[in-house]
Amino acid sequence: MGIRERLSGNEAAAIAMKQINPDVVAAFPITPSTEIPQYFSTFVNNGTVDTEFVAVESEHSAMTACIGAESAGARAMTATSANGLSLMWEMIYIASSLRLPIVMSLVNRAVSGPLNIHNDHSDAMGVRDSGWIMLFSENNQEAYDNLLMAHKIAEHKDVLLPLMVCQDGFITSHSIENIELLEDETVKAFVGTYKPEHYLLNRMEPIAIGPLDLQAYLFEHKYQQSVAMKNAKKVILDVAKEFEELTGRKYSFFEEYKLEDAEIAIVCMNSTAGTTKYVVDNLREKGIKAGLLKLRVFRPFPAEEIAKALSGLKAVAILDKADSLNSAGGALFEDVTSAMYVNKYQVTMCNYIYGIGGRDVSARDIESVYTDLQKIVSDGNLDNPYRYLGLREN
Amino acid sequence: MSENINIHTPASKLTIGGNIYEAGNAKEFKTGDWRSVKPIYLSEKCKQCGLCFPVCPDDAIPVNKEQKREDFNYDYCKGCGVCARVCPFKAIEMKEEGGNK
Repeated sequence: MGIRERLSGNEAAAIAMKQINPDVVAAFPITPSTEIPQYFSTFVNNGTVDTEFVAVESEHSAMTACIGAESAGARAMTATSANGLSLMWEMIYIASSLRLPIVMSLVNRAVSGPLNIHNDHSDAMGVRDSGWIMLFSENNQEAYDNLLMAHKIAEHKDVLLPLMVCQDGFITSHSIENIELLEDETVKAFVGTYKPEHYLLNRMEPIAIGPLDLQAYLFEHKYQQSVAMKNAKKVILDVAKEFEELTGRKYSFFEEYKLEDAEIAIVCMNSTAGTTKYVVDNLREKGIKAGLLKLRVFRPFPAEEIAKALSGLKAVAILDKADSLNSAGGALFEDVTSAMYVNKYQVTMCNYIYGIGGRDVSARDIESVYTDLQKIVSDGNLDNPYRYLGLREN
Repeated sequence: MSENINIHTPASKLTIGGNIYEAGNAKEFKTGDWRSVKPIYLSEKCKQCGLCFPVCPDDAIPVNKEQKREDFNYDYCKGCGVCARVCPFKAIEMKEEGGNK
Protein backbone atom coordinates (compact mmCIF):
# COMPACT_ATOMS: atom_id res chain seq x y z
CA MET A 1 0.00 0.00 0.00
CA GLY A 2 2.63 2.56 1.05
CA ILE A 3 5.30 3.62 -1.43
CA ARG A 4 8.83 3.45 -0.07
CA GLU A 5 10.90 6.42 -1.22
CA ARG A 6 13.82 8.53 -0.14
CA LEU A 7 13.14 12.25 -0.13
CA SER A 8 14.30 15.48 1.42
CA GLY A 9 11.88 17.36 3.65
CA ASN A 10 11.22 19.90 0.93
CA GLU A 11 10.59 17.13 -1.61
CA ALA A 12 8.25 15.45 0.84
CA ALA A 13 6.29 18.70 1.28
CA ALA A 14 6.12 19.27 -2.49
CA ILE A 15 4.95 15.67 -3.07
CA ALA A 16 2.27 16.12 -0.38
CA MET A 17 1.11 19.28 -2.16
CA LYS A 18 1.09 17.42 -5.49
CA GLN A 19 -1.13 14.71 -4.03
CA ILE A 20 -3.40 17.26 -2.34
CA ASN A 21 -3.63 19.09 -5.71
CA PRO A 22 -4.82 22.44 -4.32
CA ASP A 23 -6.64 24.97 -6.51
CA VAL A 24 -4.08 27.74 -5.97
CA VAL A 25 -0.47 27.91 -4.85
CA ALA A 26 1.06 31.36 -4.45
CA ALA A 27 4.64 31.51 -3.24
CA PHE A 28 7.86 33.44 -3.41
CA PRO A 29 11.29 31.79 -3.17
CA ILE A 30 13.23 32.10 0.08
CA THR A 31 15.91 29.87 1.53
CA PRO A 32 15.47 27.15 2.76
CA SER A 33 11.86 26.68 1.57
CA THR A 34 12.56 27.69 -2.07
CA GLU A 35 12.56 24.11 -3.31
CA ILE A 36 8.93 23.53 -2.30
CA PRO A 37 7.40 25.97 -4.82
CA GLN A 38 10.24 25.13 -7.23
CA TYR A 39 9.39 21.41 -7.29
CA PHE A 40 5.70 22.19 -7.22
CA SER A 41 5.94 24.51 -10.23
CA THR A 42 7.36 21.60 -12.26
CA PHE A 43 4.26 19.58 -11.35
CA VAL A 44 2.16 22.49 -12.59
CA ASN A 45 4.18 22.74 -15.79
CA ASN A 46 4.01 18.98 -16.40
CA GLY A 47 0.25 19.02 -15.93
CA THR A 48 0.54 16.62 -12.98
CA VAL A 49 -1.65 18.98 -10.94
CA ASP A 50 -4.53 21.30 -11.87
CA THR A 51 -3.26 24.06 -9.63
CA GLU A 52 -3.13 27.71 -10.62
CA PHE A 53 0.42 28.67 -9.65
CA VAL A 54 0.83 32.36 -8.88
CA ALA A 55 4.45 33.48 -9.09
CA VAL A 56 4.04 36.56 -6.91
CA GLU A 57 6.54 39.37 -6.39
CA SER A 58 6.78 39.10 -2.60
CA GLU A 59 5.64 37.05 0.38
CA HIS A 60 3.15 39.75 1.31
CA SER A 61 1.57 39.16 -2.08
CA ALA A 62 1.86 35.38 -1.69
CA MET A 63 -0.26 35.43 1.45
CA THR A 64 -2.59 38.03 -0.05
CA ALA A 65 -3.13 35.86 -3.12
CA CYS A 66 -3.85 32.88 -0.87
CA ILE A 67 -6.37 34.97 1.07
CA GLY A 68 -8.05 36.08 -2.16
CA ALA A 69 -8.16 32.54 -3.51
CA GLU A 70 -9.36 30.96 -0.29
CA SER A 71 -12.11 33.53 0.25
CA ALA A 72 -13.20 33.05 -3.37
CA GLY A 73 -13.82 29.41 -2.46
CA ALA A 74 -10.55 27.79 -3.55
CA ARG A 75 -8.08 25.67 -1.60
CA ALA A 76 -4.84 27.64 -1.38
CA MET A 77 -1.36 26.68 -0.18
CA THR A 78 2.00 28.39 0.18
CA ALA A 79 5.48 27.86 1.59
CA THR A 80 7.98 30.20 3.16
CA SER A 81 10.75 30.73 5.72
CA ALA A 82 12.02 33.35 8.15
CA ASN A 83 12.02 36.81 6.59
CA GLY A 84 9.47 35.64 4.04
CA LEU A 85 7.10 34.97 6.92
CA SER A 86 8.04 38.35 8.39
CA LEU A 87 6.97 40.03 5.17
CA MET A 88 3.67 38.10 5.32
CA TRP A 89 3.11 39.27 8.90
CA GLU A 90 0.27 41.71 8.17
CA MET A 91 -1.62 39.21 6.05
CA ILE A 92 -1.00 36.31 8.45
CA TYR A 93 -3.41 37.98 10.87
CA ILE A 94 -5.88 38.78 8.07
CA ALA A 95 -5.93 35.11 7.02
CA SER A 96 -6.75 33.86 10.50
CA SER A 97 -9.25 36.60 11.34
CA LEU A 98 -11.12 36.00 8.07
CA ARG A 99 -11.14 32.34 9.14
CA LEU A 100 -9.57 31.08 5.92
CA PRO A 101 -8.11 27.56 6.19
CA ILE A 102 -4.98 28.28 4.16
CA VAL A 103 -2.19 25.72 4.60
CA MET A 104 1.45 26.75 4.69
CA SER A 105 4.73 24.88 4.81
CA LEU A 106 7.03 26.83 7.09
CA VAL A 107 10.62 25.71 6.75
CA ASN A 108 12.04 27.11 9.96
CA ARG A 109 14.93 29.51 9.69
CA ALA A 110 16.42 32.26 11.80
CA VAL A 111 14.83 35.64 11.22
CA SER A 112 17.69 37.99 10.34
CA GLY A 113 19.59 39.87 11.59
CA PRO A 114 22.35 39.72 11.63
CA LEU A 115 21.86 37.94 8.32
CA ASN A 116 21.52 34.20 8.70
CA ILE A 117 19.80 31.59 6.54
CA HIS A 118 20.07 28.58 8.85
CA ASN A 119 17.68 26.83 11.14
CA ASP A 120 16.11 28.00 14.34
CA HIS A 121 12.50 28.62 15.32
CA SER A 122 12.43 32.41 15.57
CA ASP A 123 10.18 32.67 12.49
CA ALA A 124 7.54 30.34 13.94
CA MET A 125 7.73 31.88 17.41
CA GLY A 126 7.06 35.30 15.90
CA VAL A 127 3.60 34.23 14.73
CA ARG A 128 2.67 32.05 17.68
CA ASP A 129 -0.14 34.38 18.73
CA SER A 130 -1.51 35.04 15.25
CA GLY A 131 -4.30 32.47 15.34
CA TRP A 132 -2.70 29.85 13.08
CA ILE A 133 -2.65 26.19 14.01
CA MET A 134 1.02 25.18 14.21
CA LEU A 135 2.23 21.62 13.73
CA PHE A 136 5.91 20.70 14.11
CA SER A 137 7.62 17.81 12.34
CA GLU A 138 10.61 15.76 13.50
CA ASN A 139 11.53 14.57 10.00
CA ASN A 140 10.46 14.38 6.35
CA GLN A 141 7.86 11.71 7.13
CA GLU A 142 6.15 13.90 9.69
CA ALA A 143 6.32 16.97 7.43
CA TYR A 144 4.55 14.88 4.77
CA ASP A 145 2.02 13.32 7.14
CA ASN A 146 1.21 16.64 8.82
CA LEU A 147 0.50 18.23 5.44
CA LEU A 148 -1.84 15.38 4.49
CA MET A 149 -3.77 15.93 7.73
CA ALA A 150 -3.67 19.73 7.49
CA HIS A 151 -6.75 20.45 5.37
CA LYS A 152 -9.02 18.09 7.27
CA ILE A 153 -8.16 19.99 10.45
CA ALA A 154 -8.12 23.53 9.08
CA GLU A 155 -11.28 23.22 6.96
CA HIS A 156 -13.38 21.51 9.66
CA LYS A 157 -16.52 23.58 10.29
CA ASP A 158 -15.74 23.86 14.00
CA VAL A 159 -12.23 25.15 13.24
CA LEU A 160 -11.85 27.20 10.03
CA LEU A 161 -8.36 28.42 10.86
CA PRO A 162 -5.20 28.57 8.77
CA LEU A 163 -2.54 26.01 9.55
CA MET A 164 1.23 25.88 9.19
CA VAL A 165 3.35 22.76 9.09
CA CYS A 166 6.85 23.44 10.39
CA GLN A 167 10.02 21.52 9.63
CA ASP A 168 13.62 22.43 10.37
CA GLY A 169 15.41 24.29 7.58
CA PHE A 170 18.29 22.33 6.00
CA ILE A 171 18.40 19.76 8.83
CA THR A 172 15.09 18.31 7.61
CA SER A 173 14.35 20.28 4.45
CA HIS A 174 17.57 19.39 2.66
CA SER A 175 18.53 16.01 4.07
CA ILE A 176 17.31 12.92 2.28
CA GLU A 177 15.79 10.23 4.42
CA ASN A 178 13.58 7.22 3.89
CA ILE A 179 9.89 7.95 3.72
CA GLU A 180 6.67 6.06 3.15
CA LEU A 181 4.27 7.81 0.80
CA LEU A 182 0.60 7.09 0.23
CA GLU A 183 -0.87 6.37 -3.19
CA ASP A 184 -2.21 9.48 -4.96
CA GLU A 185 -5.76 8.12 -4.91
CA THR A 186 -5.56 7.35 -1.19
CA VAL A 187 -4.48 10.92 -0.42
CA LYS A 188 -7.21 12.32 -2.66
CA ALA A 189 -9.87 10.29 -0.85
CA PHE A 190 -8.46 11.13 2.60
CA VAL A 191 -8.10 14.88 2.04
CA GLY A 192 -11.43 15.20 0.17
CA THR A 193 -12.69 18.20 -1.75
CA TYR A 194 -13.03 21.66 -0.25
CA LYS A 195 -16.65 22.70 0.12
CA PRO A 196 -16.83 26.03 1.95
CA GLU A 197 -20.23 27.05 3.25
CA HIS A 198 -19.76 30.69 2.23
CA TYR A 199 -17.44 31.96 -0.50
CA LEU A 200 -17.13 35.06 -2.65
CA LEU A 201 -17.60 33.39 -6.03
CA ASN A 202 -20.97 31.95 -5.11
CA ARG A 203 -23.28 34.04 -7.32
CA MET A 204 -26.32 32.77 -5.43
CA GLU A 205 -25.08 34.37 -2.22
CA PRO A 206 -23.39 37.76 -2.58
CA ILE A 207 -21.38 38.26 0.62
CA ALA A 208 -19.04 40.79 2.17
CA ILE A 209 -15.95 39.65 4.07
CA GLY A 210 -13.62 41.60 6.30
CA PRO A 211 -15.88 44.54 7.20
CA LEU A 212 -14.88 47.30 9.62
CA ASP A 213 -14.99 45.79 13.10
CA LEU A 214 -14.78 48.41 15.81
CA GLN A 215 -15.04 48.50 19.60
CA ALA A 216 -18.42 46.79 19.75
CA TYR A 217 -17.41 43.65 17.82
CA LEU A 218 -13.68 42.90 17.44
CA PHE A 219 -13.43 41.45 20.95
CA GLU A 220 -16.18 38.92 20.19
CA HIS A 221 -14.64 37.99 16.83
CA LYS A 222 -11.26 37.38 18.48
CA TYR A 223 -13.03 35.23 21.05
CA GLN A 224 -14.56 33.22 18.20
CA GLN A 225 -11.01 32.54 16.94
CA SER A 226 -10.05 31.43 20.43
CA VAL A 227 -13.03 29.06 20.57
CA ALA A 228 -12.07 27.66 17.15
CA MET A 229 -8.54 27.07 18.43
CA LYS A 230 -9.98 25.18 21.38
CA ASN A 231 -12.22 23.16 19.05
CA ALA A 232 -9.18 22.32 16.93
CA LYS A 233 -7.84 20.09 19.71
CA LYS A 234 -10.57 17.50 19.25
CA VAL A 235 -10.43 17.74 15.46
CA ILE A 236 -6.63 17.25 15.46
CA LEU A 237 -7.05 14.04 17.47
CA ASP A 238 -9.95 12.81 15.32
CA VAL A 239 -8.01 13.38 12.10
CA ALA A 240 -4.93 11.71 13.61
CA LYS A 241 -7.04 8.67 14.46
CA GLU A 242 -8.38 8.47 10.93
CA PHE A 243 -4.83 8.87 9.59
CA GLU A 244 -3.60 6.08 11.84
CA GLU A 245 -6.28 3.73 10.55
CA LEU A 246 -5.09 4.51 7.04
CA THR A 247 -1.33 4.37 7.56
CA GLY A 248 -0.60 2.79 10.92
CA ARG A 249 1.31 5.93 11.86
CA LYS A 250 0.17 7.33 15.19
CA TYR A 251 -0.04 11.05 15.92
CA SER A 252 -1.27 13.06 18.86
CA PHE A 253 -0.55 16.45 20.46
CA PHE A 254 2.90 15.19 21.35
CA GLU A 255 4.97 12.03 21.38
CA GLU A 256 6.03 10.60 24.72
CA TYR A 257 9.31 8.79 24.20
CA LYS A 258 10.23 6.55 27.14
CA LEU A 259 8.54 9.13 29.32
CA GLU A 260 6.27 6.87 31.35
CA ASP A 261 8.83 5.76 33.96
CA ALA A 262 11.29 8.59 33.32
CA GLU A 263 12.73 10.75 36.11
CA ILE A 264 14.31 13.39 33.89
CA ALA A 265 13.10 14.58 30.52
CA ILE A 266 13.59 17.02 27.67
CA VAL A 267 10.77 18.88 25.92
CA CYS A 268 11.59 19.99 22.39
CA MET A 269 10.20 20.31 18.87
CA ASN A 270 11.20 19.33 15.33
CA SER A 271 14.47 17.61 14.39
CA THR A 272 16.15 17.91 17.81
CA ALA A 273 13.71 15.24 18.97
CA GLY A 274 15.49 12.73 16.70
CA THR A 275 18.86 13.47 18.29
CA THR A 276 17.25 13.35 21.74
CA LYS A 277 15.73 9.90 21.12
CA TYR A 278 19.21 8.60 20.26
CA VAL A 279 20.58 10.06 23.50
CA VAL A 280 17.66 8.71 25.54
CA ASP A 281 18.32 5.21 24.15
CA ASN A 282 22.00 5.44 25.15
CA LEU A 283 21.18 6.72 28.64
CA ARG A 284 18.58 4.00 29.14
CA GLU A 285 21.27 1.40 28.41
CA LYS A 286 23.24 2.90 31.27
CA GLY A 287 20.20 2.63 33.50
CA ILE A 288 19.45 6.36 33.52
CA LYS A 289 15.72 7.02 33.46
CA ALA A 290 15.67 9.63 30.73
CA GLY A 291 12.68 10.52 28.59
CA LEU A 292 11.46 12.92 25.92
CA LEU A 293 8.30 14.86 25.22
CA LYS A 294 8.30 15.86 21.56
CA LEU A 295 5.68 18.51 20.96
CA ARG A 296 3.84 18.25 17.64
CA VAL A 297 0.92 20.62 18.22
CA PHE A 298 2.28 23.94 19.44
CA ARG A 299 -0.90 25.89 18.59
CA PRO A 300 -3.42 25.12 19.99
CA PHE A 301 -1.17 24.55 22.99
CA PRO A 302 -2.18 21.32 24.78
CA ALA A 303 -1.42 22.78 28.20
CA GLU A 304 -3.39 20.41 30.39
CA GLU A 305 -2.17 17.30 28.57
CA ILE A 306 1.48 18.39 28.69
CA ALA A 307 1.25 19.25 32.38
CA LYS A 308 -0.19 15.82 33.12
CA ALA A 309 2.46 14.04 31.05
CA LEU A 310 5.27 15.85 32.89
CA SER A 311 3.72 15.77 36.35
CA GLY A 312 5.58 12.69 37.60
CA LEU A 313 9.08 13.81 36.66
CA LYS A 314 11.85 14.99 38.96
CA ALA A 315 13.38 17.56 36.59
CA VAL A 316 12.60 18.75 33.07
CA ALA A 317 14.59 20.76 30.54
CA ILE A 318 12.64 22.71 27.95
CA LEU A 319 14.60 23.44 24.80
CA ASP A 320 13.78 26.62 22.90
CA LYS A 321 15.27 27.07 19.43
CA ALA A 322 14.48 30.79 19.60
CA ASP A 323 15.36 33.29 22.28
CA SER A 324 12.50 35.52 23.36
CA LEU A 325 15.11 38.06 24.53
CA ASN A 326 12.97 38.88 27.53
CA SER A 327 15.35 37.71 30.31
CA ALA A 328 12.72 35.19 31.41
CA GLY A 329 13.07 32.22 29.07
CA GLY A 330 11.88 31.12 25.64
CA ALA A 331 8.29 30.82 24.43
CA LEU A 332 8.00 27.06 24.87
CA PHE A 333 9.42 27.31 28.38
CA GLU A 334 6.89 29.97 29.30
CA ASP A 335 4.01 27.94 27.91
CA VAL A 336 5.06 24.69 29.59
CA THR A 337 5.81 26.22 32.98
CA SER A 338 2.57 28.19 32.88
CA ALA A 339 0.71 24.95 32.10
CA MET A 340 2.36 23.27 35.11
CA TYR A 341 1.49 26.13 37.45
CA VAL A 342 -2.11 26.42 36.36
CA ASN A 343 -2.63 22.66 36.62
CA LYS A 344 -1.00 22.69 40.07
CA TYR A 345 2.04 20.51 39.37
CA GLN A 346 5.35 21.42 40.95
CA VAL A 347 8.21 20.00 38.89
CA THR A 348 11.67 21.55 38.68
CA MET A 349 12.08 23.00 35.19
CA CYS A 350 14.83 24.81 33.38
CA ASN A 351 15.12 26.38 29.99
CA TYR A 352 17.86 26.01 27.39
CA ILE A 353 18.09 28.37 24.46
CA TYR A 354 19.90 26.37 21.80
CA GLY A 355 20.66 25.92 18.10
CA ILE A 356 20.31 29.62 17.28
CA GLY A 357 21.15 30.53 13.68
CA GLY A 358 21.74 26.90 12.77
CA ARG A 359 24.27 26.21 15.56
CA ASP A 360 24.82 22.47 15.40
CA VAL A 361 23.22 20.45 18.17
CA SER A 362 25.04 17.18 18.68
CA ALA A 363 24.14 14.14 20.76
CA ARG A 364 26.86 15.26 23.15
CA ASP A 365 25.06 18.60 23.69
CA ILE A 366 21.79 16.83 24.43
CA GLU A 367 23.56 14.41 26.74
CA SER A 368 24.99 17.36 28.68
CA VAL A 369 21.43 18.56 29.32
CA TYR A 370 20.51 15.20 30.85
CA THR A 371 23.71 15.35 32.93
CA ASP A 372 22.65 18.80 34.16
CA LEU A 373 19.20 17.43 35.01
CA GLN A 374 20.74 14.57 37.01
CA LYS A 375 22.79 17.11 38.95
CA ILE A 376 19.74 19.28 39.59
CA VAL A 377 17.91 16.24 40.97
CA SER A 378 20.82 15.08 43.16
CA ASP A 379 21.56 18.59 44.45
CA GLY A 380 17.88 19.29 44.99
CA ASN A 381 18.70 22.77 43.80
CA LEU A 382 18.33 24.73 40.56
CA ASP A 383 20.57 27.78 40.62
CA ASN A 384 19.63 29.27 37.25
CA PRO A 385 16.59 28.23 35.24
CA TYR A 386 17.53 30.35 32.21
CA ARG A 387 20.34 28.55 30.45
CA TYR A 388 22.06 28.32 27.09
CA LEU A 389 23.26 25.23 25.26
CA GLY A 390 26.29 25.48 23.00
CA LEU A 391 26.82 29.21 23.57
CA ARG A 392 30.30 30.73 23.92
CA GLU A 393 29.63 33.12 26.75
CA ASN A 394 32.98 34.01 28.21
CA MET B 1 -29.35 33.86 8.34
CA SER B 2 -27.83 37.12 9.44
CA GLU B 3 -29.87 39.18 11.85
CA ASN B 4 -29.21 42.77 12.75
CA ILE B 5 -26.53 42.95 15.40
CA ASN B 6 -25.92 45.50 18.10
CA ILE B 7 -23.65 46.10 21.07
CA HIS B 8 -25.50 43.44 23.09
CA THR B 9 -25.13 40.60 20.55
CA PRO B 10 -23.00 37.79 22.05
CA ALA B 11 -20.05 36.20 20.21
CA SER B 12 -22.04 33.01 19.62
CA LYS B 13 -24.61 34.95 17.59
CA LEU B 14 -22.12 36.86 15.42
CA THR B 15 -21.00 35.53 12.03
CA ILE B 16 -17.33 34.51 11.93
CA GLY B 17 -15.01 37.39 11.19
CA GLY B 18 -18.02 39.69 10.95
CA ASN B 19 -18.83 38.32 7.49
CA ILE B 20 -22.05 39.62 5.96
CA TYR B 21 -24.04 37.01 4.09
CA GLU B 22 -26.78 39.29 2.73
CA ALA B 23 -26.43 41.90 0.01
CA GLY B 24 -28.03 45.34 0.04
CA ASN B 25 -27.82 45.68 3.79
CA ALA B 26 -26.61 49.30 3.95
CA LYS B 27 -30.32 50.14 4.33
CA GLU B 28 -30.22 48.48 7.76
CA PHE B 29 -27.51 50.80 8.95
CA LYS B 30 -29.14 54.10 9.88
CA THR B 31 -26.63 56.88 9.70
CA GLY B 32 -28.89 59.88 10.29
CA ASP B 33 -27.63 60.29 13.85
CA TRP B 34 -24.25 61.38 12.50
CA ARG B 35 -25.92 64.66 11.49
CA SER B 36 -25.01 67.93 13.19
CA VAL B 37 -27.03 70.16 10.87
CA LYS B 38 -30.55 69.33 9.71
CA PRO B 39 -32.22 70.36 6.43
CA ILE B 40 -35.79 71.61 6.80
CA TYR B 41 -38.07 71.23 3.77
CA LEU B 42 -40.24 74.33 3.21
CA SER B 43 -42.86 72.83 0.87
CA GLU B 44 -44.62 76.16 0.29
CA LYS B 45 -41.49 77.58 -1.36
CA CYS B 46 -40.67 74.43 -3.35
CA LYS B 47 -41.38 74.55 -7.12
CA GLN B 48 -40.51 70.85 -7.63
CA CYS B 49 -37.74 71.87 -10.01
CA GLY B 50 -35.95 68.58 -9.34
CA LEU B 51 -32.46 69.96 -8.66
CA CYS B 52 -32.10 68.78 -5.06
CA PHE B 53 -32.63 65.00 -5.07
CA PRO B 54 -30.03 64.06 -7.73
CA VAL B 55 -27.28 65.74 -5.69
CA CYS B 56 -28.08 63.99 -2.40
CA PRO B 57 -25.17 61.61 -1.68
CA ASP B 58 -27.33 59.47 0.61
CA ASP B 59 -30.50 59.21 -1.47
CA ALA B 60 -32.28 60.78 1.49
CA ILE B 61 -34.80 62.83 -0.54
CA PRO B 62 -37.66 60.49 -1.47
CA VAL B 63 -39.35 61.05 -4.86
CA ASN B 64 -42.88 59.77 -5.38
CA LYS B 65 -44.56 58.28 -8.45
CA GLU B 66 -45.58 61.74 -9.68
CA GLN B 67 -41.86 62.60 -9.79
CA LYS B 68 -42.34 65.00 -6.88
CA ARG B 69 -39.98 65.18 -3.95
CA GLU B 70 -41.25 64.57 -0.44
CA ASP B 71 -39.88 65.42 3.00
CA PHE B 72 -36.38 64.28 3.97
CA ASN B 73 -35.61 60.75 5.10
CA TYR B 74 -33.81 61.61 8.32
CA ASP B 75 -32.76 57.97 8.88
CA TYR B 76 -29.99 58.53 6.31
CA CYS B 77 -29.61 62.31 5.81
CA LYS B 78 -26.23 63.31 7.25
CA GLY B 79 -26.90 67.04 6.95
CA CYS B 80 -24.25 67.81 4.34
CA GLY B 81 -26.31 70.73 3.02
CA VAL B 82 -25.64 70.17 -0.69
CA CYS B 83 -29.40 70.19 -1.38
CA ALA B 84 -29.85 73.54 0.38
CA ARG B 85 -26.97 75.00 -1.65
CA VAL B 86 -28.42 73.95 -5.04
CA CYS B 87 -32.02 75.00 -4.27
CA PRO B 88 -32.75 78.18 -6.30
CA PHE B 89 -35.89 78.97 -4.23
CA LYS B 90 -34.51 78.79 -0.67
CA ALA B 91 -36.96 75.96 -0.01
CA ILE B 92 -34.42 74.11 2.15
CA GLU B 93 -33.22 75.66 5.36
CA MET B 94 -30.30 74.26 7.39
CA LYS B 95 -30.79 74.18 11.15
CA GLU B 96 -28.44 73.14 13.94
CA GLU B 97 -29.24 69.75 15.49
CA GLY B 98 -29.80 69.37 19.20
CA GLY B 99 -32.07 70.86 21.77
CA ASN B 100 -35.51 69.99 20.45
CA LYS B 101 -35.04 66.38 19.27
